[in-house]
Amino acid sequence: MNYLGCMMKSKQVAKKRIFEGVKIADFTWLGVGPIAMKFMANMGATVIHIESGTRPDICRVSAPYKDWKPGINRSAFFAVYNDSKYGITLNLRMPQAQKVARRIINEWADVVADAHLPGIMEKFGLDYETLRKDKPELIHVATALQGKTGPYSAMPGHGMVGVSLGGITEITGWPDREPTVPFGALTDFLTFPHMVAALIAALIYRKKTGRGQYIELSQLECTAQFLAPPIMDYMINGRILERMGNRSASSVPHGIYRCKGEGERWCAIGVSTDEEWLSFCDVIDNPEWSKEPRFTTFAGRKENEDELNAFVEEWTVNYPPEEVMRRMQAAGVAAGVVESGEDLVADPQLNHRGTLAILEHPEIGPHIYHSPPYRFSKTPHELTMPAPCLGQHNEYVLKEILGMSDDEVSDLLIAGALE
Amino acid sequence: MPSGKKNEGLLSDYRILDLTDHKGLYCGKVLADLGADVIKIEPPGGESSRNIGPFYRDIPDPEKSIYWWAYNTSKRGITLNIEAADGKEILRRLVKTADAVVESFTPGYLEGLGLGYAALCKLNPDIIMTSISPFGQTGPYKDWKADDLVGWSLAGQAYVTGDDDCPPCQVSFPHGYLVTGCHAASATLAALYYRETSGEGQHIDVSMQESVLWTTLLLVQFWDMMKINLFRAGSRRSMGTALFRLAFPCKDGHVGFLIAGGQLASISMPPLIKWMAEEGMLGAFEDKKDWEAKEWAEKVDAWALTQETVDAWEESLIRFFANKTKAEIYEKAREKGMIIYPVSTTKDLAENAQLKARDFYVQVEHPELGEAVTYVGAPYKIAEAPCRISRRAPLIGEHNREIYQEELGLSKENMRIFEETGVI
Repeated sequence: MNYLGCMMKSKQVAKKRIFEGVKIADFTWLGVGPIAMKFMANMGATVIHIESGTRPDICRVSAPYKDWKPGINRSAFFAVYNDSKYGITLNLRMPQAQKVARRIINEWADVVADAHLPGIMEKFGLDYETLRKDKPELIHVATALQGKTGPYSAMPGHGMVGVSLGGITEITGWPDREPTVPFGALTDFLTFPHMVAALIAALIYRKKTGRGQYIELSQLECTAQFLAPPIMDYMINGRILERMGNRSASSVPHGIYRCKGEGERWCAIGVSTDEEWLSFCDVIDNPEWSKEPRFTTFAGRKENEDELNAFVEEWTVNYPPEEVMRRMQAAGVAAGVVESGEDLVADPQLNHRGTLAILEHPEIGPHIYHSPPYRFSKTPHELTMPAPCLGQHNEYVLKEILGMSDDEVSDLLIAGALE
Repeated sequence: MPSGKKNEGLLSDYRILDLTDHKGLYCGKVLADLGADVIKIEPPGGESSRNIGPFYRDIPDPEKSIYWWAYNTSKRGITLNIEAADGKEILRRLVKTADAVVESFTPGYLEGLGLGYAALCKLNPDIIMTSISPFGQTGPYKDWKADDLVGWSLAGQAYVTGDDDCPPCQVSFPHGYLVTGCHAASATLAALYYRETSGEGQHIDVSMQESVLWTTLLLVQFWDMMKINLFRAGSRRSMGTALFRLAFPCKDGHVGFLIAGGQLASISMPPLIKWMAEEGMLGAFEDKKDWEAKEWAEKVDAWALTQETVDAWEESLIRFFANKTKAEIYEKAREKGMIIYPVSTTKDLAENAQLKARDFYVQVEHPELGEAVTYVGAPYKIAEAPCRISRRAPLIGEHNREIYQEELGLSKENMRIFEETGVI
């Protein structure tokens, strides 16, 4: 695993950074916006994350907390979505704070990002129509669960129910059981890469034309991208997609099989071609059943899938999942251990690639952060600093970036504008 | 501007060669819908993802795969055997005209053909190459295979998905490679931006395992910070000590809701309990009927609730929802500002009023069928240059003539020879 110490040393060699000089005023909270802007920061943008302790990001007050001790600066939920950013607190319900926000935008920012319900940015005088008057080249990128317009846009929400609205819950689980809700705020994670893509496209466009613009995303609409074929299947063929466990139209056997060991030890295996089937049979020592005519064709295996799965598990239960995976992969068959959080931290591939990185957070101490899931050959990512504590960079931003005097800052403090 | 090339959109200056299969199709679609000239290069006879269902009117035909249609919009399509000497030569000529190449072959395959990143740089020094693979181009697993289920497992999602008395489970329309394609698109765009600044292209290495891990990374944090391995528990989720339901059965399906505590509970619980009281179904909430947002925010900490309390509350809610439909509950939620949503089926999504109001679904002409087909629309609304489907997915070799003859200037005679020898 990469330690920040190593990364700091390597940083002494001047690295080229993709978004060097791009400045983002990040008014987002929860998942989509913070993560998208973290990615921009990892690729070199300077990001100021603007929040308020009067209405803290729910991620700040949700587990996981270091050593089980809750605290506004102790949650990794917030930390891992907000590394490499400066953090300031502004109580935007106060005109003085709104004025500071306007100055950050007018004097400093190229991009404004927000993830508020419709009407909130307007209330603060920070909506695109207002901002563009002072700064026509501004890019404003906004995300909301159902978008900023339309009859349902004002509903509050979050990804943990977004995954149900977005159609994924209904198709996760077993046909004879209740639907299973996928982990976490899944739709946030299906949306944020779209936010990154749209923002970069707008930055390219601005570089070429000098023009800013407004971009708006709906989590529901981003999620629907990943269900486009089954939605169209309903529209064209009238078929409603139903839960089918681990079955796949293009692979058999295709499932998650119990393996040897204490607790939840499982391995996924997917066999798609006849060639892979023969390799699979070799790995399991070509038992008698595998030669039965009903299993020699794909159609036959599909027809007898339940029995086949039982046979497969008769074999897998004799070996630890790591061994099942290695033996299958050595024979060219797709297989993978069902990894727990603990397994992920130890995963050889993730460790080799430096996916996980430890940063030293002022209150949490050293803990694990994540790199974006891609590597550039000439412009490596940097996780430059841990997530900010609440208001950690107030003084830096107000004095160094906006050039405020001590008196001006203390006036804001006394008025409560920095809460 | 060559005939047929689109000339609007944020990315209309760029040409992208798309050599991917199902592992990377979405990347090219994102770029194409933003206006880039994306040329899908398929092996002669068509690319394998044309065999992925569902199919138009259930006709299993490589020209009627709805999967192929959905993820190849706005692209042009040519066929080319890049393993044949003449095919390689044609690809090299195309690379000279391109800004980026996106591929999803096994790591090392293109190098083996003499078409790796280093070789392409010799032809076009500022080319960008985006490589999508199961585990990345480096590391002990780089040569391993992974379908969506394997990626879902090796990124921790399977561990936390499914009923606790059944094997871990996937989403029945898996999205691992699709979300990877979206990351690949944003990385390609970042590299294009960097090239505008520096004049330099580069090679991008995108990992599906890491992309799926980005949907589930808190598993790592729960272990790192608290030494907890989160686990699967059907439609329930750990919020600290107790398990909370995220889906409740109702009359015609399920609704998504989380009682939680604190700020979240303060939004939904007061109006919900009022609604229960109106129908005389307070159940376990009898003592909370006068609570306002403040009480819920300050007195109820999801972290500290016992399982008994949560179970009792949830039982009351299940009884309350039992005689109400998803639509009735959703409408009330909208009216009262409660965070309760339907567990949508694909039919519900097709008929979703919000999506309709935002003109999300779009009609795309399919001249070969003599009709227009309804498609899922753009994932974002962009003021200056709309993201849109400019044409349906290409038929097999649909733009061979246009690109090979009209743009590259191959002679009719050469085209005939290449067709006969299986090069194109």
